[in-house]
Amino acid sequence: MTLEAAKLAAANNLWGAILPELMLAGVALLLLALEIFLPRRQHAVLPDLASAGILGTLLGLCLNWDSGMLGAETFGGLLYHSTSGQLLRAFFLIAAFLTCVIARLTLARQKMPRVEFYHLLLIVTAAMMLLAQTNHLLMLFVTVETLTIALYVMVAYHRTSPASLEAGLKYVLMGALSSGLLLFGITLLYGVAGNPSLAGHAARPFHYADLAAFLTANPNHFLASLGIVLVLAGVAFKIGAFPFQIWVPDVYQGAPTPVTAFLAVASKAAGFAVLLGLCGPGAVFSAYAWLTTPVLTAMAAASLLFGNLAALTQHNVKRLLGLSGVSHAGFLLLGVVAAGATPMALGAIYFYLFAYLLAAFAVFGVMAHVAGPDDADQELDHYAGLAKESPFLAGVLTVGLGSLAGIPPLAGFMGKLFIFLAAFQAGARALLAVAIVGVVISIYYYFGWLRAAYFETWTPPADAAAGPTRPARTPVGLLAGVTLGALALASIVIGFYPGPLGHWLAMR
Amino acid sequence: MRTLPFDPLLAAIAFPLASALVIACGLPKRWSVRLAYVAFAVPLLLALHTWWHFDASPKVAGYAFLTQYSTGLDAVGISLKLGLNGIAMPLFLLAGLVGFAAGLYALQSQAERLKLYLLLLLVMQGGLMGVFASVDILFLYFFHELALIPTFIMVGVWGGRDRAYAAMKLTIYLTLGAMLSLAGLIAIYARSGANSFDLMALREHLSRFPLDQALQGNLFGLLLVGLGILVSLFPLHTWAPLGYGAAPSSNAMLHAGVLKKFGLYTLIQVALPLLPAGHAAWASPLAWLAVLGNVLIIGLVTLAQRDLKQMIGYSSVMHMGYAFLGIATGTAVGVGGAVFLMVAHGLSVALLFLLATSVHHRTQTFALDEMGGLARPAPVLAAFLVAATFAGIGLPGFANFWGELAVFVALWQFSPAVTAVAVAGVVISAIYGLRALARVCFGPATPRMEEVAARQPPVDLRWSERVPALVLLLALLGLGFWPRAISDPIHAALAAPATAAAAPSAR
Repeated sequence: MTLEAAKLAAANNLWGAILPELMLAGVALLLLALEIFLPRRQHAVLPDLASAGILGTLLGLCLNWDSGMLGAETFGGLLYHSTSGQLLRAFFLIAAFLTCVIARLTLARQKMPRVEFYHLLLIVTAAMMLLAQTNHLLMLFVTVETLTIALYVMVAYHRTSPASLEAGLKYVLMGALSSGLLLFGITLLYGVAGNPSLAGHAARPFHYADLAAFLTANPNHFLASLGIVLVLAGVAFKIGAFPFQIWVPDVYQGAPTPVTAFLAVASKAAGFAVLLGLCGPGAVFSAYAWLTTPVLTAMAAASLLFGNLAALTQHNVKRLLGLSGVSHAGFLLLGVVAAGATPMALGAIYFYLFAYLLAAFAVFGVMAHVAGPDDADQELDHYAGLAKESPFLAGVLTVGLGSLAGIPPLAGFMGKLFIFLAAFQAGARALLAVAIVGVVISIYYYFGWLRAAYFETWTPPADAAAGPTRPARTPVGLLAGVTLGALALASIVIGFYPGPLGHWLAMR
Repeated sequence: MRTLPFDPLLAAIAFPLASALVIACGLPKRWSVRLAYVAFAVPLLLALHTWWHFDASPKVAGYAFLTQYSTGLDAVGISLKLGLNGIAMPLFLLAGLVGFAAGLYALQSQAERLKLYLLLLLVMQGGLMGVFASVDILFLYFFHELALIPTFIMVGVWGGRDRAYAAMKLTIYLTLGAMLSLAGLIAIYARSGANSFDLMALREHLSRFPLDQALQGNLFGLLLVGLGILVSLFPLHTWAPLGYGAAPSSNAMLHAGVLKKFGLYTLIQVALPLLPAGHAAWASPLAWLAVLGNVLIIGLVTLAQRDLKQMIGYSSVMHMGYAFLGIATGTAVGVGGAVFLMVAHGLSVALLFLLATSVHHRTQTFALDEMGGLARPAPVLAAFLVAATFAGIGLPGFANFWGELAVFVALWQFSPAVTAVAVAGVVISAIYGLRALARVCFGPATPRMEEVAARQPPVDLRWSERVPALVLLLALLGLGFWPRAISDPIHAALAAPATAAAAPSAR
């Protein structure tokens, strides 16, 4: 069936619908080819080529925003093109570009082949972009697997570092488990929806619309509920929501910093893209809101509390960011819960994701400058005296962490505000109370980080062998400086003047 | 009325913020200092302008200088709407006055990293002007937070004893208070059905379709706890003395003098008119909590203080009790008295923090037991300190007198028992104020003082310190002798039928 759909698409010249993804894949293959054919001393140009490819794709996407396919299904219903999908495509491209900027810094400190990294990054990005538009459970699984397998390699990329290998192994095990759960859930849904003896059985049980029609006809089927819960569990791994967050701290710490950033932002957003496609307003599982709403509510509350409480005691900033990311997932889940009741929640989630992107990459960018060759060794103490040594990095860190904490006038505050408003309108007051407790707890650790940067001073140990040492800071280069400055500025501008973006996202 | 070619309110907010941005972009120190002088003076001049022209300017529902700027979020009812009513205008003026004084004091302070210090103060100043000029309650909160962030950083970087601990405690307490207040404000927005954060629209809407009694009670309680933390309502006050004890002087002046009034201001402007039934339900508990907790218990705690700055911090917590009492009465006289007291207290506590720091420069200590006889080498400083203490006690001739008087008059009708305790508090404040004055300025010099004087003979108040102190003192005296300057607009705003809350009776 799928093959025929592809043939049909080729005949109808529908490949243009996935031109951005094809472009990325083309650049990815080009990178590998050039690595073979270019002389070694010219390899330095390849990372630039990857960044340029991403930016070019982004530009093309923006120029061709309303591609004439919005609201249409292509490839026999495998993909559905919507404004949200375009938005997420742009989101993943921006995240990939920022990851490239950080990777140029950190990979330069390693004796590692670099080209494969960018190759994998492009592949993952393309998979995520397809994921954002998937309209089919099989397509969903294929894209999730593509990005997960590529991420296995990226997490374990520092193959001489035990921490990175440990992280890779943990991510493989947990990822395999989550893929298994997801696939089992999909199988169950396929099985019941395709059962001709049940009312309203679907001709195409993988297809979102057919599946939704079947679920509406059978709103209390046990196997279908089991399938839905398993699919949600599989997705919860991706977003790092409680109780599937156990891999987060170790993997975040061990993975190379750019990969951690990409995991924290893009992978989480991909999970939410799936979740919104399945549990959003009028989506596939909406007939089972009686089941998904309590499950998501419990996950949101637990993620908010667990993420924040666990982050309190962390000394390693990557673990801290990972656990605080769990609480951000909780916040976004709060939005997903509200999305069933109010259409505004959808825009609120996208706004939150964009604010999170700006803030998280600003913080990861600063981390890349402060850390040394060992990416896993990034302690809070290393930030002591940062404000005196590099006011620029300290300023960017302040904006980034402030935005993550949700302090006005930064973008993160507006994101939280929109989520709050949506939750209020949806009447999720108990969850809102948990979220407020979470925000107050989070202030403690975000502020603790800033306290290290501003209030504490670093005295190098008299005897280098005896005392603790810390890595030398990397000077801020032009590209990184401009990017970090732009990220911080964007956080401030969007916080002060959320109008255009907010209007575009939330009030559509 | 002569109008300015630009919006004075927006300019008063934007000028300090823009100056902070320019300084942040790497203006040389010499020019930063010059720019800061202008940036602290501009809001004051604009505030004086609005005060002078307030009566004559056209008003909509009591609001003058109304302007509205789109944020692009009009669909959810968020727009930057600026305007001043009779309650906001005096506080706007207060923010201008204290900001100017705090700025001048900071400029002569020779603080380390002076540029960052000025930058943060300017952000704070811009935020404060915005708090009192906002008619949109979301921006009210927004500007409050904007002004609050510098406090956390300034206490941590330039603070005195226990600064890291104080900064942390301050941050967590105030964030909790702010988040609860935000939840309360959003709840009002969501439950009102007006689909607008515009205070005027909310008043209009809720006067026609009031919320039901139980909900009003819950929302008022939520706001009272959230805002109570911000205003140091007993027993949620413990951050205040600690934070003020550690905060650098200009920051303490702005925070204790102006920013802290945000909580009371929001109660008066938002909670009272929008949730009258909630106020009625909470009036008695609030009055007793304020009078027994803030006035009596904290008053006695203040008596026991041996540290000048801590004592001022506690006395500021105590005086907030009187403002809460005025709010609890709910009458035009009582609430008006609370507003007057907020202005007067803002000026006097800022003056006290300023002078306390000047004293510290001469004595090298805040410990009252180690001071003595400062009046001989520094008569002008002593004179200022005497005046500031008298203002704090509420002697006639100073602004505080009128505020306390109005609160007591209204309180008598509300509950004579509460009034009796509240008046007893005045005696307590007289005792600690005068005793501290005697310790610092008069009596023989202690051995430690002689030791300090031998090392560095104390000089009198310099002109760079006198000017900011004089600005605050003149404002206190001016309002003391001419209270109508702000009491007429306050009364007009509160007596307007739209805002008149039914006076609840004590139970």
